[in-house]
Amino acid sequence: MTTGAAGPGRGVEVRLDDLQRRYGNATALAGLTLTLAPGELVALLGPSGCGKTTALRLLAGLEEPDSGRVVVDGVDVTNVPANRRDIGMVFQAYSLFPHMSAMRNVEFGMQLHDVGPAERRKRAGDMLELVGLSAHAHKYAHQMSGGQQQRVALARALAIEPKVLLLDEPLSALDAKVRSRLRDEIRRVQLEVGTTTLFVTHDQEEALAIADRVGVMNAGRLEQLGPPTTIYSRPATPFVAEFVGLTNRLAGVVKDGEVDVRGARLPLVKPDTPNGPAIALVRPEAVSLVVDGDMVPGPLIGTVIATAFLGATSRITVDMGDGTVLAQMPTSEAGALSAGTRVRLALRKDPVLIARDESKPTEA
Amino acid sequence: MTRSRRFKLQLFRITIFIVLGAFFLVPIGAMLEFSTRGNAINAPRNLDAWKNIVQTPDLVSAITASLELAVITCLAMLVLLLPTMVWVRLRFPQLNRAIEFICLIPLTVPAIALVVGMVPIYRWININLSDSILTLAFAYLILVLPYSYRALDAGLSAIDLKTLSEAARSLGARWGTVMLRVVVPNMSSAILNASLISVALVLGEFTFANLLAYENLQVAINYVSLVDAGTSIAVAVAALLFAFALLMILSFVGRPPVPVAKAEDADFELGKTVSLSGGLVGRAR
Repeated sequence: MTTGAAGPGRGVEVRLDDLQRRYGNATALAGLTLTLAPGELVALLGPSGCGKTTALRLLAGLEEPDSGRVVVDGVDVTNVPANRRDIGMVFQAYSLFPHMSAMRNVEFGMQLHDVGPAERRKRAGDMLELVGLSAHAHKYAHQMSGGQQQRVALARALAIEPKVLLLDEPLSALDAKVRSRLRDEIRRVQLEVGTTTLFVTHDQEEALAIADRVGVMNAGRLEQLGPPTTIYSRPATPFVAEFVGLTNRLAGVVKDGEVDVRGARLPLVKPDTPNGPAIALVRPEAVSLVVDGDMVPGPLIGTVIATAFLGATSRITVDMGDGTVLAQMPTSEAGALSAGTRVRLALRKDPVLIARDESKPTEA
Repeated sequence: MTRSRRFKLQLFRITIFIVLGAFFLVPIGAMLEFSTRGNAINAPRNLDAWKNIVQTPDLVSAITASLELAVITCLAMLVLLLPTMVWVRLRFPQLNRAIEFICLIPLTVPAIALVVGMVPIYRWININLSDSILTLAFAYLILVLPYSYRALDAGLSAIDLKTLSEAARSLGARWGTVMLRVVVPNMSSAILNASLISVALVLGEFTFANLLAYENLQVAINYVSLVDAGTSIAVAVAALLFAFALLMILSFVGRPPVPVAKAEDADFELGKTVSLSGGLVGRAR
């Protein structure tokens, strides 16, 4: 899905065109090009320092790019100051004005946009209702919890009916339970108002859960942009494979478009990989464990050393003698695999990626 | 806490309170007593000295001048320091140290040395610009820099200036709006502290005015004391009481707008009392 279909169609197209930004000698953005479809929610995901926050700040106008363009709704806003860009923003740090009540916070932006008092109060009330905080309209920031403050911040950002909504890790200061609830709420509100949204996070679960498309960034570049399912199941680069989800690094040998891992031959995502020793990246869920009578010691035979119950699935750590391998399987099937059980690995014949460097595999 | 410990603590507090209270109140009481007695040893109590304050034209003009100087210095200090400090914090944080150093310099230079340096400047000002006593505000601005810088610095440190100003900017606020509607209201107590210190310093200043040959309040008190000790003491008491009144008013004005209730997760504490390090100014709570 490349467009957030729902919503009253208020979304506009946003284009980041070859944005570059350096801080001294450090490159924060090395040419980022990204187009957000009207109403779409795109999450930028990456480790700290990958340039995702810089991208968002350039779009907000809080910083200026060294080169490149920012185009919102067909208008080049690269040189427009932040206060005239019509962009709503929710920050990582709590950003409510401490001397104003929630209601006045939400009204603040509308006041600056010359919305009349009656209309302002009505819309602020609607916005607070949208985020479920009508009962707290007259509270001050210090009287609200972190989650409530971020919801008011969201209402405040949306109250000016911005062309674009920017979310700069708005959930990272909250505890886990509030985080997942608020995450879903942000998505609900975003679909309801239909505003084109850029969401920056280092939390892959967050990004995969609510975004229409996820952009994985590394060292100032966009490594891969695609729907969450594609990012997870068909990572385009070794970095994406290793950053998103868990990955086993297994030693193998590439030969004629396949890789031989412990005697199992797996297809390659890039069949033109040159022959020779390599590290294959294999997802834990592509590893299954078989218990049968024939446990003659061999390269695929190992011993379970730990099982972690994750709810519907379980993660099992297998000692292969020369390293460990992670396997993930439905809990119902993992029941019999207690520590000490001898198992045989079976690798699913999904195309695998080869790690970009020859550093140590997890099993070495 | 056990009962006896609480009792001891309470006793300690009361003792400190009485000792400090006596330390401040005894001299003021003695001054009041002195200023309401006539010159003879067993003269009847009267308010002649106090009446003399308003009947001495030199004194009245000196009081007016000092009050005007206090207001001008205070406003100039705020207009100069506040935007500069905000701007430096947001745009050039690496300059923070340099600004702090510059602002603290007047503290390390004795007043007498400062004045000697300023004499030629003031001679030039007198000839070319104005010989009004209000030109002293320039020298006083330098004098109050270290104290007001410290007070404002504490206030700025207590708020998340970057996030608040960026939030306001993204909502459509120009820089002026950010300053007046977001920064100033959130550091009102720091601004009040800085202003109070400036006012107190200017009202109590003697060296600059005396050596530059201007007659401000303290210089006038000094002159009057030569001819009429009672009146000079009465003015001094009045000035002290004025400063106390100011302190009380400011401490009430600077309170947060709502009673502070505890938030669910108390990770964000506001309405903190901002006071000057070294305890020059405390907030009466």
